[in-house]
Amino acid sequence: MKHLHEYRDPELARLQLQAIRQTIAGYHRTMTLMEVCGTHTMAIYQHGIRALLPQQIRLISGPGCPVCVTPVTYLDQAVALARRPNTMITTFGDMVRVPGSSSSLQQEQARGATIKIVYSPLDAIRLAVQNPGTDVVFLGVGFETTAPTVAGAILTAARRNIGNFYVLCSHKTMPGPMAALAADPGLQVDGYLCPAHVSAIIGASAYQPLATENRVPCVVTGFEPLDVLQGVLMLTRQVVAGQARVETQYRRVVKPNGNVKAKTLLNQVFEPCDARWRGIGDIPGSGLRLRDEFAGFDAARQLPVAIEPSAEHTGCRCGEILKGKIRPHDCPLFRTICTPEEPVGACMVSSEGTCAAEYHYGTE
Amino acid sequence: MCLGVPMQVKSITDEMAVCEIDGVQREACLMMIDDVRVGDYVLIHAGFAIEKIDEDEARLTLQALRQALDMGLAPE
Repeated sequence: MKHLHEYRDPELARLQLQAIRQTIAGYHRTMTLMEVCGTHTMAIYQHGIRALLPQQIRLISGPGCPVCVTPVTYLDQAVALARRPNTMITTFGDMVRVPGSSSSLQQEQARGATIKIVYSPLDAIRLAVQNPGTDVVFLGVGFETTAPTVAGAILTAARRNIGNFYVLCSHKTMPGPMAALAADPGLQVDGYLCPAHVSAIIGASAYQPLATENRVPCVVTGFEPLDVLQGVLMLTRQVVAGQARVETQYRRVVKPNGNVKAKTLLNQVFEPCDARWRGIGDIPGSGLRLRDEFAGFDAARQLPVAIEPSAEHTGCRCGEILKGKIRPHDCPLFRTICTPEEPVGACMVSSEGTCAAEYHYGTE
Repeated sequence: MCLGVPMQVKSITDEMAVCEIDGVQREACLMMIDDVRVGDYVLIHAGFAIEKIDEDEARLTLQALRQALDMGLAPE
């Protein structure tokens, strides 16, 4: 498979590991590098990269799984919408099993609600056209990679005058939480492996303030094993040299200014708003909401529902996991009460969650 | 969630393209990118091509890695 297999060559991987070891020789502190993308988390686990790196290099996972950082109230609102008559919830698969305060979309489906897993927001539009008497709600969750696809779907629905398509919007943006974590005194991040496909949209230049103001080295890194190792090598070189710059490892896709057309789509349909991140709290300007011109597609404004008071399992430590402060094994629920079959927290539900990755691939 | 699949464009009709990887074909919307031609590699996410893959940059990345290998930085 072109553009995949070339970046999985074990010989080149060994070479990169050797270069990392040479670079870090003579550096006597632990180096903490954070990846801020669930797809990186999965790549690092699936390819066993943590075990290959020198012990001095500590890779930690940040708030990079959109499902995991979505607050429980959003799930509760989706559950309430699912209970409406003549309503169909359409969503990417990961959201279905995430526990809300007292139910999940999967449980609502078992009770008769119509929940459809889709591959693209355009599939949700198709379902709206096929079911004219039904309010079709798409769960708009995801970072800048996904948000333009939802913007594209909304523009398509507007152009085709589709009146029964709605989005329940909880999109979030980078690099707000990365700046928040960089400023957290309880967490020493020496470098960021910046997300690959978020950066394809926002561009590598979006991380410049992190390097300039927070003095954290940033390397935009691809998802294949050779990409990740090269990203780690580039970060290691910066940290050892005491530099803080933005570099791009994933040059075959990411440009300094990103995808201007996608950013225009995004700005046409959405505007920034303050957003709550599970585990981190409120971050000003880190969310997206529909502009007033598109209020007709906003499920929150058009389909009002009563939302139950939110409640989370008291023992769940997803919040600290999402900040990279603890590892899954530090949570008393991990593998005991909280498993992929019966997840308590979002980090265990999402296929990209840190706890799910540790459960399936972990060696600790 | 941000997974993207590199696929080759096989045909284009208006704003939609049929793309292929390993014999699997999928339809993708081209709304977000300009100047796509049949034969180009694009990155597909949630039914949309989100970016073209720059073949020259892809070659350069791999070339740099292989050059280091040739220069005697042999794997252990």
